[in-house]
Amino acid sequence: MRKIYLGVLALYMSILASHAQTTQPVKDSSNYQSRQLKIDEVNFVSGYYHQTGNHSAVTGGMGDETLTDFANTLDIQLSKLTKNGYKNTFQFELGIDHYTSASSDKIDPNSISSASMQDTRIYPSLNWTRSNEKTGNAFGLTASYSHEFDYQSVGAGLNLTRISANKNTQFDLKVQAFLDTWKVILPVELRPLGYGSGSGKDDNRPVDNKPRNSFSASFSLSQVLSTRLQAMLIVEPSYQHGLLATEYQRVYFNGNFSTGVGPDNDIFNERIESLPGSRYKLPIAVRFNYFLDDHFIIRTFYRYYTDSWGIRAHTAEIEVPIKFTSFVSVSPYYRYNNQQGTRYFAPYGQHSVNEKYYTSDYDLSTLTSNFVGLNVRLAPPNGVFGIQQFNTLELRAGHYMRSTGLTSNIVTLAMKFK
Amino acid sequence: MKRNTPVSMLSLLCLGVAVTACSCSSVKAYQKNRLNDSEMELSARKVQKFEQSFQLYREGGSGANGGKSGGGCGCN
Repeated sequence: MRKIYLGVLALYMSILASHAQTTQPVKDSSNYQSRQLKIDEVNFVSGYYHQTGNHSAVTGGMGDETLTDFANTLDIQLSKLTKNGYKNTFQFELGIDHYTSASSDKIDPNSISSASMQDTRIYPSLNWTRSNEKTGNAFGLTASYSHEFDYQSVGAGLNLTRISANKNTQFDLKVQAFLDTWKVILPVELRPLGYGSGSGKDDNRPVDNKPRNSFSASFSLSQVLSTRLQAMLIVEPSYQHGLLATEYQRVYFNGNFSTGVGPDNDIFNERIESLPGSRYKLPIAVRFNYFLDDHFIIRTFYRYYTDSWGIRAHTAEIEVPIKFTSFVSVSPYYRYNNQQGTRYFAPYGQHSVNEKYYTSDYDLSTLTSNFVGLNVRLAPPNGVFGIQQFNTLELRAGHYMRSTGLTSNIVTLAMKFK
Repeated sequence: MKRNTPVSMLSLLCLGVAVTACSCSSVKAYQKNRLNDSEMELSARKVQKFEQSFQLYREGGSGANGGKSGGGCGCN
């Protein structure tokens, strides 16, 4: 881990160093625009998340849900102008998350440390976008990869932007596909005879690998409504296919099965989670941003969500940036979510043995959640802390409360260099 | 009645957006100083990306908010 963090730090410092060299002020009074590849901006975002709860899905809907996640992303945006008025923009992003999870340690409670108790996820991506400097219309492609101990994902995407002649209407299309492979880790007592732990440490017995593929299309329409108000409509249908159940999550039933499972064929009221192999999702959202006056802005968001598993959700957010000066703002925010759970959910010990699909994952249950926090943003004209290239510093902290008893806190720091 | 809820919601939403879009006046480039304020950006903030991720994992609903819609497990 230390090597990874040091590696990221070294990369980050070298980018800053090269950035410092490439952005030396060039005194040129002509309209000449450089066609050299140049760094537009560098963003570093770092977040710490901690949750507690007592409805772990790994232990069938009862048990410790404590989890911490330390997440970091670094993105670099470079651009180059062409002779015929186009701009090629390249955005490279590297993300590294490290998490520890109490519930994952219960996959095999007899071992000192089970396969997925802690893990690191690394996810690089590269986007190329070609835009017309005059019209703003753009077309782009994205490639992405994600790696963690038991999960790999390869992604590809396409993005398209069309802007009206008066620049008041913008249409964006984003199509994405993720082809994932999941190493199937099973709870220790439910592993068939000869099935491995998946850790690769204590045994070399084989485990299954199964696919999970996701396809989505995001259509968004942005509209300037007045000199103070603008809105956006987003529709993002998606489809998932493959292993959608998490097979190290246990489900306990209200009766015994006629046949057992596991190496000794003797587990009668317990199974691994079972969910359909496909899922259609349809979220529809609107955003309205209103410039009230020089000190107050109102940002709002509403989303309606429905899917083929029977989940229906309403999500509403409001954030009110208070501008103390043009360069310093503090934004309290609140988010409310109300969710009707999937038809496949039941708590610990309440599923019937006749059911085909079953889960005790409270993330998919009927719930309401409240999320409240504060965002502080500094963007002084002479740079943050007087460092000219340090364009923006944002610190955001939030507290999340779910009606199932889960609570969490998150703190995120974002730095932009230009 | 309950089965029609998604359709009703969608219709209501489309109607609302259509009405507001039709009622908008054309705003010239020189009148956009307030709209160009960095706090007026319609997309989610970059600093929100990790909270969007945890909400994606802790709730059944996802998407249409600028967050990720696939890739990576998120199963803990």
